[in-house]
Amino acid sequence: MSEHSPNEHSVSDHSLGEHSRRKLSRRKLITTGLAATAGVAGLGVAARIAQKYGLIPPDHGGIYGLGETLTYASQRLLTRHSLAREFSHSQISKPPFPNEMAPLNDAYKRLQAGGFADWRLVVDGMVARPASFSLDQIKSYPSRSQITMIQCEEGWSYIAEWHGVPLSRVLETVEVLPQARYVVYYSIEPDWWESIDMADAMHPQTFLTYGMNGDDLPVGNGGPLRLRVARQLGYKSVKFITRLTVTDDLKKFGKGLGSAAPEGGYAWYAGI
Amino acid sequence: MTAHSRHSVLVRVTHWITTLCFFALLVTGLEIVISHPRFYWGETGNDLTKPLFRLPIPASRNLVPTGYGYVLPDQNGWSRYLHFQAAWIVVLTGLLYAIWGLFAGHFRKNLLPNKADLSWRALVKSIFSHLRFRRPSEEEAWSYNVLQRLSYLFVIFVLFPFVIWTGLAMSPAFVSAFPASVNVLGGQQSARTLHFFVTIALVLFLLVHIVMIFLAGFWRRMRAMVTGRADTRMERT
Repeated sequence: MSEHSPNEHSVSDHSLGEHSRRKLSRRKLITTGLAATAGVAGLGVAARIAQKYGLIPPDHGGIYGLGETLTYASQRLLTRHSLAREFSHSQISKPPFPNEMAPLNDAYKRLQAGGFADWRLVVDGMVARPASFSLDQIKSYPSRSQITMIQCEEGWSYIAEWHGVPLSRVLETVEVLPQARYVVYYSIEPDWWESIDMADAMHPQTFLTYGMNGDDLPVGNGGPLRLRVARQLGYKSVKFITRLTVTDDLKKFGKGLGSAAPEGGYAWYAGI
Repeated sequence: MTAHSRHSVLVRVTHWITTLCFFALLVTGLEIVISHPRFYWGETGNDLTKPLFRLPIPASRNLVPTGYGYVLPDQNGWSRYLHFQAAWIVVLTGLLYAIWGLFAGHFRKNLLPNKADLSWRALVKSIFSHLRFRRPSEEEAWSYNVLQRLSYLFVIFVLFPFVIWTGLAMSPAFVSAFPASVNVLGGQQSARTLHFFVTIALVLFLLVHIVMIFLAGFWRRMRAMVTGRADTRMERT
């Protein structure tokens, strides 16, 4: 029976009158219209849901907003709790690679001359108890280590063992308010600041890092204090951290794009 | 009588979206590579590591030693934005094409070679006729020959999936959720190197593809892929 059906089809196709052909095209028009309406409505609903669950990155505007939003939303859904790969001691890169750096500013040099004894990490914004920590205070929390890879957006990479305290530990101490959505963090170097969402801020591998490969964190790798964000590219791991600000709205910071990276033309989210 | 379509609307639309995205990916990919034109094997690689090979070109960052006394303008910011945006568009387009191709029988009818064409003798014959740069006859212009079918299948089902895979295997967040995707490739730098090799393979395919279009008649083939019409009588009038 099925062998004959193509033939039957062609016969009935030929017998299609002008009337039924027009009817067909009207049906097509109606279904296309319905599909388009459903598509637009679906996109609207998707945008509302994405907004509600924090899947829209701060740099979603502009011509590259589509790709940036799709990447951030899908990776946030896939990687909310996933852990960055950890490596064995034998895989640690020797020698560790310090990225190039412009000469550091006078404020840094003064603190460096004093052995960083006066280095402070200020934590403010949407927290119950704003605080200022010395390096010794940060080091008094139980120390954690991770052997993870740092990848630069240029293409190179290295593996090191990082010692520090999970950022979540410090955030618990200052008591983050429930409406908080992002943590903004600043380097002592001017115009060098980034931000991460709470999923990354509370992630067990996000460290306030003060040591590397069993020693103090070298200046070239961000010493005395660097925020390590293990599941994003190196430029999110800002060096020489002096301030954290917890917030529910990134529009209030800089040009409102989330961090210095998009102001310089780079994506805010660097998980890819 | 109107001539029936040489290529269906879906094939034509997805073909040109893919073409646009491929050029965007190629140009931005090159821009990203010149910030560090060295390739490695394994998990890590940097200026202190011995490279597997390096491209004999200047770089857009002054850190990397290239042997050139100057640095190219750095284009990484927008290149990365556009690279991933074009990747999303081409992957979604490819998914639409693949799902449609399966259900509409496109792969079975138009791309899977006939058993008879897969004999050594038929393959050798087809290779020799290609090597003599013989222009295809009119009936041949209505269907893909066996070498075309095999190379299109290879691009669609081997090179495209592999270039997506090796790209994702470079993403630190993606591999945190799917560590095996990078581990089986031998490491993150291996994934980057393989991503580069697959790109070379795709560019080689593109060059052969363009040469073949010129040999078969550029305007006729372009018209078929743009309008769908391949009515040969038009040519003579």
